[in-house]
Amino acid sequence: MTDVAIVGLGIHPFGRSPNLTGLEQGAIAARAALADAGTDFKAMQFAFGGSQDGGNADSLVNLLGLTGLQFTNIWNGCATGGSSLNAAYSAIKSGQYDIGLVVGFDKHARGAFNPQPRDWGLDDWYGETGLMLTTQYFAMKIQRYMHDYGISRETLVRVAEKAFRNGSVTPTAWRQTALTTEQIEQAPMVSEPLNKYMFCSPAEGGCALVLCRADKAHLFTQKPVLLKSAVVRSRHYGSFEVFSPSQAPAVAPSPTVTASRAAFEFAGVGPEDIDVAQLQDTEVGAEIMHMAENGFCEHGEQERWLQEGVTEINGRLPVNTDGGCLANGEPVGASGLRQVFEICHQLRGTAGARQVPNGPKVGYTHVYGAPGISGVNILAI
Amino acid sequence: MANQDPLHPGLFSWPSPEPELLGSRCVLCGEHAFPSQDSCRSCGSEQTEVVGLGRTGRLWTWTVQTFMPKSPYHTDETAESFRPYGVGYVELDCGLKVESRLRENTPETLAIGLDMTLEIIPVRSDEKGTQLMTFQFCAAESP
Repeated sequence: MTDVAIVGLGIHPFGRSPNLTGLEQGAIAARAALADAGTDFKAMQFAFGGSQDGGNADSLVNLLGLTGLQFTNIWNGCATGGSSLNAAYSAIKSGQYDIGLVVGFDKHARGAFNPQPRDWGLDDWYGETGLMLTTQYFAMKIQRYMHDYGISRETLVRVAEKAFRNGSVTPTAWRQTALTTEQIEQAPMVSEPLNKYMFCSPAEGGCALVLCRADKAHLFTQKPVLLKSAVVRSRHYGSFEVFSPSQAPAVAPSPTVTASRAAFEFAGVGPEDIDVAQLQDTEVGAEIMHMAENGFCEHGEQERWLQEGVTEINGRLPVNTDGGCLANGEPVGASGLRQVFEICHQLRGTAGARQVPNGPKVGYTHVYGAPGISGVNILAI
Repeated sequence: MANQDPLHPGLFSWPSPEPELLGSRCVLCGEHAFPSQDSCRSCGSEQTEVVGLGRTGRLWTWTVQTFMPKSPYHTDETAESFRPYGVGYVELDCGLKVESRLRENTPETLAIGLDMTLEIIPVRSDEKGTQLMTFQFCAAESP
């Protein structure tokens, strides 16, 4: 079977774009990805796209051209981008298509999301009594994790500091101002133990990738990035997930653990082979827990890793080199693809001021979202 | 005194001097769920029965909701009268961990492992003036 390569990268800067719809931001990202690959929309045989609040992704054909291609909308929560990429990977790997586009975009209202219980198989009481907030779940998960594995508040602060420092050298990031330890420590509390600077916010943005058969990649770029694996997994009985009125007695591994293991197996590499990673950091606790859930360290080892700077841009395993969700915000439809966009630039050596030194060869991306879904991609050059 | 009704049926036994949470237990594999459901989320069977889940447990994890949530949050509170509330998972004697509002609402009064007891509290009044009730847990030694 053919390998799958990523040959075009496009992004519309994340943050707030009051004069553009979400769809328009998706179109800008798509055109940028096509231009990066030196091709055009007419050459695309398929597209997979997704958006939560920005409208139907396939409406993009009105802006990019009514070429008659197969355009499939993908909606899978925070793993929308990962699921689109997984679909594109399968479409090319199977031999059905040679080249296509993956695109995600979004435009969320300010403030926290306000999901409706009925959409998640729950009754109204759950939301009416104030339990339907993702912020509470993230806070409770890291609270228990800190208790079980000795993670300190200082470590939470270090993750936020790193995110905004990396965001300050990322031209397409939303938050481009580094923050001091004191600024982060003294921010207003949102949900114990997480304060304002420890959560990412819903935002806007667009991201797109052009994928093709690896044996044709040289037609489009000097530096194709191979998509070695693209895996999406859902939750198991007993994994501690958001929007759960009750949890089983025994705690089972999160879907991240199973997605990660499968991705490593398909790619034929292990955690020790990864040179640069993107781990879902909807809040600082998520990044900490995901370091272990993805197999990069033992539970509790994050405390020492953060102290020693292991996950800094010049560390042994740089994590979220573009500032991640914390500095970029989370336009849900685009966020997972932004991770892949960043890793591709790191592997191409085109990440500018945030470039990981010594030519990283293998990269990793991970998303996690409600109500317990994970997507992992492994990329290599 | 105003009439009182549960906000949602089947969540707890009430009125009762010692109300307890109600859930389901799978007849085949024995796993519990809250709220009760007709099929088992562990083994997928459709043979479940409603059971009492008790009224005590230990705090497994917690946080504090510091700001008034947007809709679908629906109480009688206003932005001015809103008071932060605790949220946690309480590990019941059957092992099931149930998510709940907590009466305690400060880091000083909440800790993993704390013994907790169920109480029934008003959420809001409906158009007829009936108080709609839900459950929360409070520390066992609370006054």
